[in-house]
Amino acid sequence: MHELVVTESIRDIALRHALAAGATKVTDIYIVIGRLASVVDDSVQFYWDLICQDTLCAGATLHFQRIPARMLCLDCKQEYTFDAELTPCPQCGSISAHIISGEEFHVDSIAIEGPLENPS
Amino acid sequence: MTTRRVPIVEKILSANDQIAAVNHALLSSLGIFSLNLMASPGAGKTSFILQTIKALTGKLRLGVIEGDTAPVTIDADKIIAAGMPAVQINTGGDCHLDAVMVQNGLNQLPLAEIDLLIIENVGNLVCPAAFNLGTHANILIASIPEGDDKPYKYPNIYRGLEVLIVNKIDLLPYVPFKMNYFRQGVEMLNPGVHTFAVSCATGEGISAWTDWVVAQVQHHKHA
Repeated sequence: MHELVVTESIRDIALRHALAAGATKVTDIYIVIGRLASVVDDSVQFYWDLICQDTLCAGATLHFQRIPARMLCLDCKQEYTFDAELTPCPQCGSISAHIISGEEFHVDSIAIEGPLENPS
Repeated sequence: MTTRRVPIVEKILSANDQIAAVNHALLSSLGIFSLNLMASPGAGKTSFILQTIKALTGKLRLGVIEGDTAPVTIDADKIIAAGMPAVQINTGGDCHLDAVMVQNGLNQLPLAEIDLLIIENVGNLVCPAAFNLGTHANILIASIPEGDDKPYKYPNIYRGLEVLIVNKIDLLPYVPFKMNYFRQGVEMLNPGVHTFAVSCATGEGISAWTDWVVAQVQHHKHA
């Protein structure tokens, strides 16, 4: 699995934005991951504690927001969610669908401590 | 000490995407059409490349980057024996190729003498889907003995495909594989994806695939 690479990427993104904002510490990282992206939260958390020692991110809490996979039926326009197996439209049985959400894979925001930036 | 929230909204693995964009620009500038070939272990990736070389020798100049988790050159040796340049990349145990590894591979190939580059990814249906390599098309081989449920179990890899190869169709009479169920899953995830049914053992269906790829190569040369 590539959770280590994913975790390093999350750390690097967080550190870059934290430094730019003048942070002295990162307290929280908010991550958004869709149902269709393959990442194991527990593995990311495991690597996180190992690779963030001695950085601004040490001790920061990871928050995972999981986005369900939502489909729009292109025949009857019904919207539906699947959590387990990919299924045809529950209303009309069509397999013609557009994926509305579930592929998200990004760092949404971080919470930091540090002096407020000069508003100028 | 007050805490404040800093909005980011940055794609995880964006660093990989940036190198992938560099690879893509290099390949496009040289008029090379490039494929990221993915599949589970044993689906027939190397056999498919060898069949493609056999059909295209004298028509196109191919180059191959072989990705493997172990420091073996079994696959690259076969390509070189078939008369095309190949480099083997050892991922050091990693489950996928990434854009940096491909960049290193490109540096070792005679790019000016290549029309079609095939990158054979590590055998895996999960991880390669997350790493953009900068190629022009993602191509997946699904083989009949793997079973008809793979689109349902590995939706992510089916989402990003331009081409789907269904291999080992000569085994259909011997394996319980419901083609309609398989196609339904593919159609939901990736409607209209270019699909070629082939057998690398018998050669069936290979010419339809190579006709398509030749047209793509010519299109990229003139683009």
